Amino acid sequence: MRHPARSPVAYLFVLPAAIFFAAFYLYPAVMTLRYSVTDWDGYSPDIRFVGLSNFTRLFTTDIIFQQALGNTLRFMLVVVILQTFFSLMLALLLVRNTRGTIALRTLYFFPTILSSVSVGLIWLFIYDPYFGLINETLRRVGADGVQPNWLGNPAIALYALALTQVWFHVGQMMVIYVAGLQQIPAEVFEAASVDGAGTWDKFRRITWPLLLPTTVLVMAYTTMQSFRAFELVWSMTQGGPEGATEILATLIYKTGLLNFQIGMATAQSVIFMLLILSVFWIQRRAAALAVR
Amino acid sequence: MIARVGRWLFLGGFVAIIAAPVYIVIVSTVKDNAQLFTNPIGLPSPIVLSNYVRMLTESSIDTSFRNSVVVTAAAVVLTLLLASLASFGITRLTRVSGGLLFGLFILGLAVPAQVNIIPIFLQFKSLGLTNSLVGLIIINIASTLPISVFILTTFFRQLPPDMFESAVLDGAGYLRQYLSIALPLSRPALGATSIFLLVIVWNDLLYPLLLITEQSKWTLPRTLLGFQGEYLTDYTMIFTGVIIASMPMVIMYVLLQRFFIAGLTAGAVKG
Repeated sequence: MRHPARSPVAYLFVLPAAIFFAAFYLYPAVMTLRYSVTDWDGYSPDIRFVGLSNFTRLFTTDIIFQQALGNTLRFMLVVVILQTFFSLMLALLLVRNTRGTIALRTLYFFPTILSSVSVGLIWLFIYDPYFGLINETLRRVGADGVQPNWLGNPAIALYALALTQVWFHVGQMMVIYVAGLQQIPAEVFEAASVDGAGTWDKFRRITWPLLLPTTVLVMAYTTMQSFRAFELVWSMTQGGPEGATEILATLIYKTGLLNFQIGMATAQSVIFMLLILSVFWIQRRAAALAVR
Repeated sequence: MIARVGRWLFLGGFVAIIAAPVYIVIVSTVKDNAQLFTNPIGLPSPIVLSNYVRMLTESSIDTSFRNSVVVTAAAVVLTLLLASLASFGITRLTRVSGGLLFGLFILGLAVPAQVNIIPIFLQFKSLGLTNSLVGLIIINIASTLPISVFILTTFFRQLPPDMFESAVLDGAGYLRQYLSIALPLSRPALGATSIFLLVIVWNDLLYPLLLITEQSKWTLPRTLLGFQGEYLTDYTMIFTGVIIASMPMVIMYVLLQRFFIAGLTAGAVKG
């Protein structure tokens, strides 16, 4: 322990941030738990304790909530699968540092710096059923019969949003993969080539296992982003049509701030919180098993 | 040969997927609506500047722009200050107490602040911090402190202790060490964190949506969201708003590409 003498003065350095964090992060988090066992409407002076009845109602009779829970998970799965796959493909093709690859990486990364609203508004135009870019292109190539209402059709709207989310962040994950790939020593591949291994063999036996920690990181980050997709969904569909793109974050907003069912909304928040924590726990367990 | 063609097809296809929407947005801002609908892909003829003129004269985007600058500047500077102080303090505490405090902040990484929007709204309302830029600054600081403390603490822990030794022998206290050794040495980490924060705060829609109803206090993302209802399918106007709102980040991205890419993946890579 060669560190300079420790003294309680160090606490003073942490204090301002800790106060801030306690007042505006921990306090609301605790209040979420507290309100979730009440039927408060946000106004009445007395707050009535109702036990776990909000939770039982959500899981037994609240179809809207169950749909939002399902949508949240489906959105996460689609985004994680597509974003991990495409970012890995791009990274594998752009792993070397040449002027061309750096230019392409810079371009692919670009959407990350935009706001969710900007991305949402741009994609509203792309998906527009009448004069949108996709349907316009379909018409020009002669596929007049295929004119999907991308965001208006409940069967496909959530997947359309998932594609937008992937467009938004695939470049960011590609950069993380490139960093991971560049840490694999070139000699490993050279040795494998000498042994006569083909491209696919090298990927399967060397790249993929060595890249596993990066893949875990990319998946964790992508999952977190998918849970934070409130802004994108709100700027594009606000949960519609027919609740097809309702995710937990948008439902909590509506229940609490538009319908003033504070108790119910915070119960949904608690479930959302537990969902986030358990998904991360599962990912960590899976990572630990895979690395072993 | 086939592999090479496949490679360029895949990369080229992705160039089109990323660049086409961006191109459409840019050229649409100098078209009128008739041009956009009859010729969405081609270049504008003639070039029309009326969208920009209308946007700057009849909308409140200039006010929103100012609000965004104020909120972003204040939130980024204060978060960096609070987070760097806290991170330095954490590295000067014992493993147990420093670790505990660090763990507390990390909790905020696992569960994003936006899970708790309902209590946040009620709390800010009762404190009179709704419809206030100060309120926006406060909530942005609180929600970005965890990631900032995480990045900076990780960095400070890597600074070799002997760098501080001669200063300690000279009788420098913690404040001196923080100001003249820790901060100057961690310029790369501070830079990365500030870019990360800049993009997050500038682009934030959730908190103005939650806390601000008065249009004169809106920041750019909230104003853009309003355009969707105001201009409906008048995409040339909507895109003009998107361009104005994105311009500062785009200019900085073009000038500081490498730092942006490093900064925006800092939170992930250093995990």
